[in-house]
Amino acid sequence: MRRAQKYADFRDYEHYVGRWWMLTGSLLLLAVPATICVVYDAWPPITDILRGLLGVAPIYWTVGTIEVLTYVPMLGTGGSYLGFLTGNLTSLKVPCALNAMQASGVEAGTEEGELISTIAIGVSSLVTTAVIAIGVLLLSSIRGFIESPMLQPAFDNILPALFGPLAVVYVSKNWKVAMAPLIFMVVLFICVPALADSVGILVPVGAIIAIVAARILYKKGLV
Amino acid sequence: MFDPNGPLMYGMTAVVILFVIAMSIRFIVMAWKRAKKIGMDPKVLRRVAISSAIFTIAPAVSILLGVIALSRALGFPLPWLRLSVIGALTYETPAAASAASAMGTDLSNLITDPVVFAAIAWVMTLGIIPGPVLVPTIGKKIENGVMRIRQKDEKWGSLFMTALFLGMISAFLGMIFATVSEGLRGWIPCFVMIASALIMCVCAVFVKVLHWKWMEDYALPISMLGGMALSIPITNLVNMIAG
Repeated sequence: MRRAQKYADFRDYEHYVGRWWMLTGSLLLLAVPATICVVYDAWPPITDILRGLLGVAPIYWTVGTIEVLTYVPMLGTGGSYLGFLTGNLTSLKVPCALNAMQASGVEAGTEEGELISTIAIGVSSLVTTAVIAIGVLLLSSIRGFIESPMLQPAFDNILPALFGPLAVVYVSKNWKVAMAPLIFMVVLFICVPALADSVGILVPVGAIIAIVAARILYKKGLV
Repeated sequence: MFDPNGPLMYGMTAVVILFVIAMSIRFIVMAWKRAKKIGMDPKVLRRVAISSAIFTIAPAVSILLGVIALSRALGFPLPWLRLSVIGALTYETPAAASAASAMGTDLSNLITDPVVFAAIAWVMTLGIIPGPVLVPTIGKKIENGVMRIRQKDEKWGSLFMTALFLGMISAFLGMIFATVSEGLRGWIPCFVMIASALIMCVCAVFVKVLHWKWMEDYALPISMLGGMALSIPITNLVNMIAG
């Protein structure tokens, strides 16, 4: 009980620290376009900005909201503040945190899981920053190599190369729960390939199907 | 005269990147100290840090490719800033394209008009605002809900989290099949997924049979890099067969 209280206190502290960092980070990000406007006296019409937003906001605000609902329980407090400000969640930070928790034998939603997830996401952010910085600085030397047509298939197939092994880990351990969402998603994407562009919206659909399947199996004592 | 590759843009990029580095270090230190306090083995924490660093390299190179692609229209600093911080490859290009289109232009040439550039920067920033707004406002409530489920029934709480992971993994696994109707070439992502999954199975054999405990931490990066490497001969082979 005392340990649980201390964990609750630690989470409160993380929220306090996280809110300040998130607020400062958001203001810094907003300061970038604002500075361009002020320094160059370049004020785009608000209607044009709204028209531009209309092309992305309906999808990305929905996906962003869904990501918060889905990923916050997985990443824990510290991991969420860090992950949502440093970006590249689906293709990098979430799999990185899942891998770290799995390899360390800790569960998401526990204090140990949350700490491991935060460390994994923090290190991942630092490495991403370093790789991009080194890449941009050495661009003239490496550009020919990393943009070569020979390497193109490798970068085109990052997600299949990433989610194949993740499936082995999670589906093999919980195949009864995995079957329903997996079959549903495979059939759905084969029938409606255009949905691949809005996969983020389908994450909670998969989660709801998996949770319902898990509940039924749990109630029947099958898992 | 506005220059997307000018000192002002690089200066702002440097400030934001330094902020991200400081935030990452702050959260790592906070988690590390707490982990030691509750008795977690520092060796485990070091292993997590190393394996996460190795895991990140390949996707980070892919993000670098995104920076290079966007730099043709936006210069280096803005894409560098966006993709080091909040953005994602899948979001930044459509956001920039949508804003450019609203301003009556496109991303085929370097944008040197500050008004168009500012509009693009605003749309990129505002179009992905829910995360930074919602995490501080409703993140705690979401966590408390999950905690309550766990406290009520530990086993169901654990299963609930697993189901959440499986839902996410299922959506992305399903997406890999989206191109199969395009013929043999459309199966390439599936073949790559199977190849990387098989490498994972081999790693699992090494861990379980040969007791190579260290491999547990590196199995995912090894499988992912192996899958990416194999995607090259797989693509060549499929292209050869498909003609």
